[in-house]
Amino acid sequence: MIPEIGHFALIVALAIALVQAALPLTGAARRIPGFIAVARPAAQGLFVFVAIAFGCLAWSFYSNDFSVLNVATNSNSRLPTAYRIAATWGSHEGSLLLWVLMLSLWMLAVSVFSRSLPEDMVARILGIMGLIAVGFLSFMLFTSNPFERLIPAAPDGRDLNPLLQDPGMVFHPPMLYMGYVGFSVAFSFAIAALLDGRLDATWARWSRPWTTAAWIFLTLGIALGSFWAYYELGWGGWWFWDPVENASFMPWLIGTALIHSLAVTEKRGAFKAWTVLLAIIAFSLSLLGTFLVRSGVLTSVHAFATDPKRGIFILCFLAVVIGGSLALYAWRANRVAPGARFDLLSRESMLLANSALLLVACGAVMLGTLYPLFLDALGLGKISVGPPYFDSVFMPLMAPAILLAGIGPLIAWRKGDAAQLVRRLRWVAIAALLGALFVPLAFGRWAVLASVGLLLGFWIIAGALAALAVRLRSGTRPGPAFLGMLLAHAGIGVFVIGVTLVKSYETERDLRMAPGDTAQFGGYEFRFEGVREANGPNYTAARATITAQRSGGSVVRLEPEKRVYLVQRNPMTEAAIDAGISRDLYVSLGEAVEGNAWTVRIHVKPFIRWIWFGCLMMAFVGLLAASDRRYRAVRRLEDAPAADATVIRRSPA
Amino acid sequence: MKRVLLPLGIFILLVGFLAVGLKLDPREVPSPLVGKPAPAFELPVLHQPDKRFVPADMRGKVWLLNVWASWCASCRDEHPLLVDLSKKGVLPILGLNYKDRGEDAQRWLKQYGDPYQLSVVDADGRIGIDYGVYGVPETYLIDREGVIRYKQIGPITPAVLERKILPLVTSLNR
Repeated sequence: MIPEIGHFALIVALAIALVQAALPLTGAARRIPGFIAVARPAAQGLFVFVAIAFGCLAWSFYSNDFSVLNVATNSNSRLPTAYRIAATWGSHEGSLLLWVLMLSLWMLAVSVFSRSLPEDMVARILGIMGLIAVGFLSFMLFTSNPFERLIPAAPDGRDLNPLLQDPGMVFHPPMLYMGYVGFSVAFSFAIAALLDGRLDATWARWSRPWTTAAWIFLTLGIALGSFWAYYELGWGGWWFWDPVENASFMPWLIGTALIHSLAVTEKRGAFKAWTVLLAIIAFSLSLLGTFLVRSGVLTSVHAFATDPKRGIFILCFLAVVIGGSLALYAWRANRVAPGARFDLLSRESMLLANSALLLVACGAVMLGTLYPLFLDALGLGKISVGPPYFDSVFMPLMAPAILLAGIGPLIAWRKGDAAQLVRRLRWVAIAALLGALFVPLAFGRWAVLASVGLLLGFWIIAGALAALAVRLRSGTRPGPAFLGMLLAHAGIGVFVIGVTLVKSYETERDLRMAPGDTAQFGGYEFRFEGVREANGPNYTAARATITAQRSGGSVVRLEPEKRVYLVQRNPMTEAAIDAGISRDLYVSLGEAVEGNAWTVRIHVKPFIRWIWFGCLMMAFVGLLAASDRRYRAVRRLEDAPAADATVIRRSPA
Repeated sequence: MKRVLLPLGIFILLVGFLAVGLKLDPREVPSPLVGKPAPAFELPVLHQPDKRFVPADMRGKVWLLNVWASWCASCRDEHPLLVDLSKKGVLPILGLNYKDRGEDAQRWLKQYGDPYQLSVVDADGRIGIDYGVYGVPETYLIDREGVIRYKQIGPITPAVLERKILPLVTSLNR
């Protein structure tokens, strides 16, 4: 009964979405207040029904209803409760439902937090989001119904893929989707503004908090995914340039460019068309990512069972949504009034150059991701593009972007002062050079790439500090948004330093160890104590004990496992990690060789935590920025017609 | 005007590629052996261990070499199809019994039927390496000159048989 309720709720949701798309959009175009007023209640109703559907699916998983095909293929009665619930989004169908749930959450948020927007604008925004919901709901109902029954019911389920049985599975997908889907708000704002013809600073100001919020979720989602891969996949990598990772990274790059470009549009009225284009591209890439993951056109660790019908459906949907919006852009962008003029040496041009670099970097990632597909489509053979391509193309594009990000906050809007800039940058450059020269000495080995990476990392951090000093000296109190921006830049710096140190100074050994054997490297002595049996609720495992000791330091116990899950029978490696600010010890257990000996892989990874800590700093920013008083003050002012101009003049930062 | 149309143009190109990409299977890896002479070997025959077989014995015929094992579950799935094919006498089918035990293999054939003109024994899987066997079952279509014309990784399905193998056999026999 419960699954049927869920199925029915989805059908009702589709009907509501159709109404939400049709009436408000018509109403806004023809100025029919009755139609316009439908937007908010429809969005709220849509959320209720999607939430019911999601609840029903979660309940079917929770209660082990193996008469539901989705539950039977992705769960098992012995699966721990938290993972049974997380298994709700462990399948293709379930993750689509999560996608739609997130979309309806964003719509709910827009319908609640948009009291200050003109009604016809709200109607357009919610109408466009309703259209997106129509696409995804019908995709689910026609090709991937999560509530399909299995008759007769299976006695037990086939279990969730062991890779997914991890706390990461509980948090990573919802965060990531929240970010992915969140760009639909900025997208809908942009399309609404194009339809309306009112592309101005007000539009940018409304979009900014929504874009930042989506960007925070995406940042956290990607960071969580990377952290999960690091400790779960068992070979110590944290980013693989896998097509699906790239699919989430591309919207992030464009989202970052969008945030910066929106700032310029809001404060200086410049780059309007460019900002709109970025908003369209950001969400288009989210859709493209969904297509790449769902259609199976690329091979990936994330790939689900594929069905050509699904691929065609999403592709048509992509063509309509993205093609339609780009056509609208081409039609309307010419009418946008040019923005305020600015000099070559100004914060505007720094930000423009940066967003262009981010766009090009995104293009490079996309080319690498789709290249195998292009060649195959042209009949030129099968290839795969790996990390060497991405590393060698992506890094050189990001290096100038980071240099610019260090300068940007130190330079004035409209017309920069070259002499002043040089004075301000002097200390930044000295700090960065010192860091780049002396930090490698602490590791005892100097390398060019390590120095370049450190230079960039220290440069951007020092740049942020210098900007703070300048602001404090000028006597104005820095607002949360400004502090947030500096913190985000420092986060990039921390991230870059972490990546550089791990890449340059990590050590790893593949060893064959019997009980009592020791190995010395990376400043530690590792001792293999032996292996014993350790069984979990739905797996059996061999657990090794390895102790690590720094000369004179305390002993660290590491217990990596080799698990065999009872239902799917595949062996899994559970690495043991001893985390620290300055290094991680990472041990994974290989195969048993003759006697009591096992193969063991040990990594010493300096400063790897900084990678995720940097991401957390970036995400935290967003919270600061979103809490900025300016936005709340602006909202109250918005009803007054003259407010717009005042606000722009009021915020020189 | 041209500048604002650029994003749309790029996108349309992208959709074209994606549409073609949908029809392709990224997991379908072409065997480098297709179009090359079938690697030579000399192996004992399963039912008559003192007799030996070389692929050259099949010169002048279009034939199938099917890699199978009694421990292989999906071999059982494709087996009825092979038995049916051999009853119709479309083309000779030879088996390569891969990393198996003699008595298990013979019992298996007794139980499920023997579609093979004969099976050769590759007990340690060395010939499997020459043929680039990823997993059992795999099937090779070899022409009159001893050149591999098609390789099927995994079980043969009725669709593969109808659409790929049989048309190829007809054209090769012409």
